[in-house]
Amino acid sequence: MLPHTLTGREVAMAASVLRVEGITKSFGGVQALKGVNFDIAPGEIHCLAGENGSGKSTLIKVVSGVYEPDAGKIEINGQQFSHLTPKEAIGLGIQVIYQDFSVFPNLTVMENLALNNELMDKRKLMSYKRARAIAGNAVSQIEFDVDLDERVENLSVADRQLIAICRALLQEAKLIIMDEPTSALTKKEVKALFAVIKRLQARGLPILFVSHKLDEVFEISERYTILRSGENVARGNTKELDRKTFVFHMTGRQFEDEFYRPSAAKREPILSVRELSLQGAYSDISFDLSPGEILGVTGLLGSGRTELVETLFGISQPDAGKIFIRGKEVRIKSVKSAIRKGIGYVPSDRLTEGLFLPQSVERNLAITALDRLSDHFGFLRRSAIADMTRKWIGELSIAAKSPALPVWALSGGNQQKVVLARWLANDLSILMLNGPTMGVDIGSKYDIHVLMRELAARGLAIIIVSDDLPEVLACASRILVMRDGAFVQELDPSATTESKLSELSTGIA
Amino acid sequence: MISLRRITKRSEPYVLAAIILLSLLIQVRSGQFFSGNNLVDLARSLIVPALFSVGCMMVIVSGGIDVSFPAIASLAMYVTDKLLLASNYSGNVILAYAISAGLGLLMGALNGFLIGFLRLPTLVVTLGTSSLYTGLMFGAFSASASDVPPSIAKHGKEILFTATNPTMGLTSNMPSQILILIAVLILAFFLLRYTMLGRGIYAIGGDETAAERAGFNVRGIKMFLYCFVGVLAGITGIARISMMSYADPSTMLGMEMTVIAAVVLGGTRVTGGMGTLTGTILGVALMTILSNSLILIGIPTYWTRVFTGAVIIIGTGVTAHQTISTRRRRAQSQKAAA
Repeated sequence: MLPHTLTGREVAMAASVLRVEGITKSFGGVQALKGVNFDIAPGEIHCLAGENGSGKSTLIKVVSGVYEPDAGKIEINGQQFSHLTPKEAIGLGIQVIYQDFSVFPNLTVMENLALNNELMDKRKLMSYKRARAIAGNAVSQIEFDVDLDERVENLSVADRQLIAICRALLQEAKLIIMDEPTSALTKKEVKALFAVIKRLQARGLPILFVSHKLDEVFEISERYTILRSGENVARGNTKELDRKTFVFHMTGRQFEDEFYRPSAAKREPILSVRELSLQGAYSDISFDLSPGEILGVTGLLGSGRTELVETLFGISQPDAGKIFIRGKEVRIKSVKSAIRKGIGYVPSDRLTEGLFLPQSVERNLAITALDRLSDHFGFLRRSAIADMTRKWIGELSIAAKSPALPVWALSGGNQQKVVLARWLANDLSILMLNGPTMGVDIGSKYDIHVLMRELAARGLAIIIVSDDLPEVLACASRILVMRDGAFVQELDPSATTESKLSELSTGIA
Repeated sequence: MISLRRITKRSEPYVLAAIILLSLLIQVRSGQFFSGNNLVDLARSLIVPALFSVGCMMVIVSGGIDVSFPAIASLAMYVTDKLLLASNYSGNVILAYAISAGLGLLMGALNGFLIGFLRLPTLVVTLGTSSLYTGLMFGAFSASASDVPPSIAKHGKEILFTATNPTMGLTSNMPSQILILIAVLILAFFLLRYTMLGRGIYAIGGDETAAERAGFNVRGIKMFLYCFVGVLAGITGIARISMMSYADPSTMLGMEMTVIAAVVLGGTRVTGGMGTLTGTILGVALMTILSNSLILIGIPTYWTRVFTGAVIIIGTGVTAHQTISTRRRRAQSQKAAA
């Protein structure tokens, strides 16, 4: 263990709100936690980091009383426990904000806030007057401006989260655990959430922030604990941590600095766009794309970047301008015609737009290639589907125990690979990806980057749309910055920086 | 705080508007709709489906579905009827209601146990028990239409008032069973709105996991719910045979479909979490008018089934459309906010 970790721990031992020691937990034959130590001090923002499957969730469930640990100690405000029940945990002031927020979408804000309290007080009757008072008090604590009579299903994701936070405060929380709180938020909403977290901290409330996102860990936390495969691999003060070490602890792998250089041979452009315009989205867009190139399109949300690629995929029709494929002018009237022309598109929200989650990996792979996988009578050829599935699972090293497994059982990175494989199974010449690694953990992100570069090197023309600037710099061979529906500048990734890119996309120097 | 936007999003006003339009249409064409005896007849036909619909609505709000209540009602009333006949009981009808409600409770408890404790899917369980109870009735008890004991027959003749239609010379009696419906509605209203148990039913329908985490006794609530439906079905069974003055074991079978349709038409969300008593009663009223009063304007009875079907499709279609468009609007506003 590193020396600074010890000092941090000594400080915390003096008065920790929560301390766990040597926690182990296994499910069947799988050991999810292998002797985890961890502590959090009063008024501290502590980050529990780790990739999917590292044991973060299991640890939270042990602390909140959902799981009984096989061994180890839990100490809360000086009291020792071998395990907790959910009720005891709540009684001790441990509040978990789950990823799904655990709200009732069909009930009003007021009821969502007050019901838990009423249940804790063992009330049998519901008083709307009392509920209003409780709810009003709760929202005022974090200066949350919301209509108490609105149904929660009509609120934004960020507001639902604030409701979950308010509710936790009502339960006399002494520690708030937030499980991946930013996964469904926009950047602006994340900022607002961080402000709320700081406000809670100012009141002396410790926050355990569970995340796998590097930027957030650095921005919000004071101390960190990193788990990997159920073990503590690092603990300490966030100030003394750098990105490279963080990524190493998270993944256990050393990553090379990434860059993509297309082969020097200049090739004829496969796609050319001339003065393309769509009212209210973008205007006067022109560019060329050659096989082997990765074109990075970046810009803020609303800069027209998504609408541009959607036009190229036939989802919307341009008002003006021309599109050429292999030098021939084409009209992309529909998604079907885009696919027929060899264009593929992976949307940003792969979970809702790209995949059939309850269906098997095999079926998800086969879906866009059904024509080629069926015989003359339109019946599917089982063996052809199995062959194709095997081929792509191998080619993209998709970590799926069986092709019959439903896609939701795969990690985010592997789900993304399934989407990619599906497109590659069609004879594709242009692949467009929108936010290719959104919500994917660091290891898989790196793998997807490597994969994209390999595909390009094999002659595919790729467009990636992303506001993840390090990603654009790492993958693209050319970067186009969009702002307010227009290209601002074309850049060479080896000769530019993140700050230059963000300057160009925001227009603020 | 009630805003116009919230009112237009609910389905009760639309059902109410449909009822008004339909009754005006029938009135204009026949001049008979708003006659006293027609209204009393409607109220009379509404009692049984409305009693069923209260329990049915509560189950759907909790995210489940129950198709066994007509079977429970039939078996409970039939066994009660036979028991009372065999023992030559001639006392108060309250006993008949109590026995039938008790039998309903037992049958509902089996649903509740299978659904709440063994976590089996509600549709499968209630389809199964429905078949079980009907089978027992016709098999074990070899049920066939039977007389009712004097207490029930007497209860059937208790009328609140009589409405006469001077032009046609027809009279209709308002049965006292309407008081049971009113009592059940008041009880259900209080239960759903002002008890934690009732709010728990809505909470489970919204998100069962969240309800469990919040500390609701989810199993207990489900157990209560299906027991409540059973008791209500038992009571409804006696109300039905007392109004008919004979116990026909198959008179209520098959009613589950129209009742569920009326509940959904009244704005209860099929996926759970939303539903009001007002909407439910309006839904039942609309269905009753369709099946009872279309004949007044010369539409043959078999056509009423076509109209009923059309209203269900349009009604649920409108609700579904509203849900989708709200979701879409929300997605757009979120995009704009980002």
